[in-house]
Amino acid sequence: MNLLVCINKTPDTTAKIAFTDGNTKFDTNGVQFIMNPYDEWYALVRALELKEQHGGSVTVINVGPAINDVVIRKALAIGADKAVRINAEASNSMMVAKNIADYTQANDFGIVFTGKESIDFNGSELGGFIAAYLGVPFLSYASSMEHDGTTARVTRDIEGGVEVADVQGKFVISAAKGLAEQRIPNMRGIMMAKKKPLEVVEPTSTDAHVTIAEYALPQEKSGVKMIDPENMDELVRLLQEEAKVIA
Amino acid sequence: MSVLVIAENPKGNFKKSAFELTHFGHLTAQVLGTECTALVIGEVADAGQLGKYGASKVVKVAYDGGFDTTVYNRLITQVAEKVGADVVIVNHSANGKALIGGLGVALDAGVVSQINGVPTVDGANLVVTKPVFSGKAFAKYNISSSNKVLSLMGNAIPPREVGSDCAVEDLTIDVPNAAVTIKEVKTVDGTVPLPEAELVVSAGRGMKGPENWGIIEELAETLGATTACSRPVSDTGWRPHHEHVGQTGVAIRPNLYIAAGISGAIQHLAGVNSSKCIVVINKDPEAPFFKAANYGVCADLFEVVPKLNEAFKKALAQ
Ligand SMILES: Cc1cc2nc3c(=O)[nH]c(=O)nc-3n(C[C@H](O)[C@H](O)[C@H](O)COP(=O)(O)OP(=O)(O)OC[C@H]3O[C@@H](n4cnc5c(N)ncnc54)[C@H](O)[C@@H]3O)c2cc1C
Ligand SMILES: Nc1ncnc2c1ncn2[C@@H]1O[C@H](COP(=O)(O)O)[C@@H](O)[C@H]1O
Repeated sequence: MNLLVCINKTPDTTAKIAFTDGNTKFDTNGVQFIMNPYDEWYALVRALELKEQHGGSVTVINVGPAINDVVIRKALAIGADKAVRINAEASNSMMVAKNIADYTQANDFGIVFTGKESIDFNGSELGGFIAAYLGVPFLSYASSMEHDGTTARVTRDIEGGVEVADVQGKFVISAAKGLAEQRIPNMRGIMMAKKKPLEVVEPTSTDAHVTIAEYALPQEKSGVKMIDPENMDELVRLLQEEAKVIA
Repeated sequence: MSVLVIAENPKGNFKKSAFELTHFGHLTAQVLGTECTALVIGEVADAGQLGKYGASKVVKVAYDGGFDTTVYNRLITQVAEKVGADVVIVNHSANGKALIGGLGVALDAGVVSQINGVPTVDGANLVVTKPVFSGKAFAKYNISSSNKVLSLMGNAIPPREVGSDCAVEDLTIDVPNAAVTIKEVKTVDGTVPLPEAELVVSAGRGMKGPENWGIIEELAETLGATTACSRPVSDTGWRPHHEHVGQTGVAIRPNLYIAAGISGAIQHLAGVNSSKCIVVINKDPEAPFFKAANYGVCADLFEVVPKLNEAFKKALAQ
């Protein structure tokens, strides 16, 4: 089975968040970028495991500019067979999804993987969009997936527990923690990645219904109030009377 | 035009999130000068109670299959067309998140997920805000399409009663065949799931080992709170992985978050920094978590947590 893994590039989890141009643009100055953790740790690795089990190929795809190639090469170093970059600024998830869905339709893929969300815009949107464009089911927040070649059994994280579902045929799945164990690229992988194909294709769509008007930073906390460890009654009183979070 | 909200009813009952969403739909409808219809998929007793939170009408569609994005999206889209809704809002829940993309495609709508406040209108645009960069900032979005699909972040607005029960209308919709087969649904009974919890008691590596969690569970029980933990704690199997909060775990927004023996690494804060009130118990005065806290107790958690539990018991008994 041929598998497609959508990978996004996001600021490192410790990046300092700041904005420029009158709070309309994310300030990338000094920001380290990484592969979105859910894509790298879970989606990609589970796809590689399935290929090892059943054969086929793993392709990674990213919608973004040429500087994203560094992150894409890392996915190749971890073990993907080939990569595709759709050469467009990823301005919103609907447009990203349309482009990925068009590529998927023109090429034959059994399962499309995404991460459960991007850690920058926290959309959790892309997988649902792609599935709808392709007209296939979407199984979100998967913390486990077994495939016997015909049927996939997927465990989805839901509020307070899990839901187990069977699905056959093509589908889109979004990866949560638990789906696989992170793999670290080794030297051989890194060397081989340089020789693997990275195809660049032009976008099929750049439409957007949604644009970001402005960013804002949260208000600073007014400072922590330290409580005497011997006086927990005082803490409880403050929670009731000052913070009003306890009846 | 009107607003359509999808009221979730797991096991045939509404949860607080359904009331929150209905009330939010009502407030959004007021901004737009229109009405809010609530959609109930499947059977639920007393569906008309959504009227109390501002729904002017409840429409009910019979469906007894499990959750399936293909079925739900098809069904919701048809209802939206029937009732003339141009704004469709779901909870930012596991199932809500799974639906927004498909609804966006079916309705050719602009989609913004996890919004945290009532939209405003700016010319032809609907303007909404949501947290981005895992709560480290907010972004304001303009939606220019005529249809809109939104998901509402949990605990963003309190559900207020503004009216009385409303009429419930049964709609007959042609429901497509399910593409997935639900084998099993396993949820813990009795405790409020983390994404919905108003009170959360959480602990980290400072606990030294899983055998010490009794004091955390007792505190949570006194408060009726849900328990959570830091990532290394769930990674090492001290606690179940659904308790892991933070950037790579669950993002929560309770009214009160009590953290014991957690250092407050940036990735942990990313999942909890939207909490209304944060109490940090840590023996290290330099722990970064104190900077993000409203109240801090600098002491050994093994002494403080039981004392805090006693103090809560005393206060709540009054
Ligand atoms: C990409 C990435 C994603 C991550 N995502 C997450 C995430 O989603 N969630 C998350 O939590 N972490 C996440 N982490 C890990 C994070 O960086 C920290 O390592 C982790 O949060 C630390 O957990 P902790 O606070 O329990 O442990 P520690 O950092 O070891 O802190 C333990 C604390 O307990 C205190 N302590 C010890 N004994 C006592 C006592 N007797 N009484 C009182 N206090 C005591 C210590 O002073 C210390 O501050 C992520 C890391 C990376 C790189
Ligand atoms: N520009 C992009 N290119 C490829 N995949 C992406 C892109 N943006 C998001 N994704 C994928 O979609 C998932 C969910 O992203 P989001 O909907 O933005 O939260 C991510 O985990 C990635 O797998």
